[in-house]
Amino acid sequence: MSAQIKPRTGSAYARVLGFGGYRPARVVTNEEICQNIDSSDEWIQARSGIVTRRWANNEETVQAMSVAAAGKALANSGVRVDQIGAVIVSTVSHLYQTPAIATAIAEELGAKGAAAFDISAACAGFCYGVGLADGMVRTGSAEHVIVIGVERLSDLTDPHDRSTAFLFADGAGAAVIGPSDEPGVGPVIWGSDGAQAGLISQEESWHQAFHSDGGADWPHLRMEGNPVFRWAVWEMARVAEQALAAAGVTAAELDAFIPHQANMRITDAMVKALKLPANVRVARDIAQQGNTSAASIPLAIERMLETGEVKSGETALIIGFGAGLAYAAQVIRLP
Amino acid sequence: MAYTEQEILSGLAEIVNEIVGVPTSEVQPDKSFTDDLDVDSLSMVEVAMAAQDKFGVTIPDEEIKNLKTVGDAVGYIAKNS
Repeated sequence: MSAQIKPRTGSAYARVLGFGGYRPARVVTNEEICQNIDSSDEWIQARSGIVTRRWANNEETVQAMSVAAAGKALANSGVRVDQIGAVIVSTVSHLYQTPAIATAIAEELGAKGAAAFDISAACAGFCYGVGLADGMVRTGSAEHVIVIGVERLSDLTDPHDRSTAFLFADGAGAAVIGPSDEPGVGPVIWGSDGAQAGLISQEESWHQAFHSDGGADWPHLRMEGNPVFRWAVWEMARVAEQALAAAGVTAAELDAFIPHQANMRITDAMVKALKLPANVRVARDIAQQGNTSAASIPLAIERMLETGEVKSGETALIIGFGAGLAYAAQVIRLP
Repeated sequence: MAYTEQEILSGLAEIVNEIVGVPTSEVQPDKSFTDDLDVDSLSMVEVAMAAQDKFGVTIPDEEIKNLKTVGDAVGYIAKNS
């Protein structure tokens, strides 16, 4: 008879215990963006709702921004760093293939020996990470988990591409997730649609960039705006509804809707498609922050908590969606 | 179900009014979506999705760019609904 394998169990429930963010110092205006593209402040605002964004300088590395955001999230959570069992970092703009930047971040934070790994789920990455962390806490793989979404998209942005130059930005956001007496993270609704992977992607591989005879360009992110808009609004509205249903929460009971800050037009159209009641507060951090991919949701939540727009204990629907096309959504209790 | 061109035009006028706020009376067949009605390419996707709900016609992205005027859209919906 084979040996019995003993399972491990964790906390019955998990919740987010604290959020933290890091916004790079340099504010980039639409006027500055328009030095490289034939556009205008008026057009950019009408097209995206973006008034300013922030771009990181050489010192504001993926690691440095992550450590700053995670340190703030830890402080807000009241969890000691030695209680952290795992560090998950979602990024598509850490330009080293290996090792995972999560290991260096864990080390610098002081989370000695914590499990640490990166995930690549682009703008869905933060919600993917929350889904993973929820499972890890409830199965006992880790008692507390730090989930970080971090990007330096300015490194992969073509400043001369009229359709994306104004969109992408840099920053980091983090959450500490740990055990809870009551459910604090609803079931994740997630998935992908690889058939549409070409709609948002890095144009050339690194190999092509360095080895082609024609001297291929530095790899840049490209996006087909209209099909992405269609998918992000109407397909994601269905995913958002499924996340609410899975958590047993109605739109009327929701306090806040915090979608990935992709484009204000997407947010506005989603709110309409979801027929959200007027009292649901909607994250609009993109106006000042641009599209920071995996970092956008925790940054938006941090701002809403700091300004008092949302309060501890309130119920929020978060949904990330982007390249892949990957998506994930869940209902969370705000810390 | 087949709709008359007049039904499609008035339905489309309501949709455009709802999405970008221009008065329904301005939504006439000779009007250009972008130049006359302030319907940009993202709003055009919203118009297409609303038209799908209203008239049961799917307007794919590659077709949207051919619909320059309100008349083009009325014609497309009449033919495909």
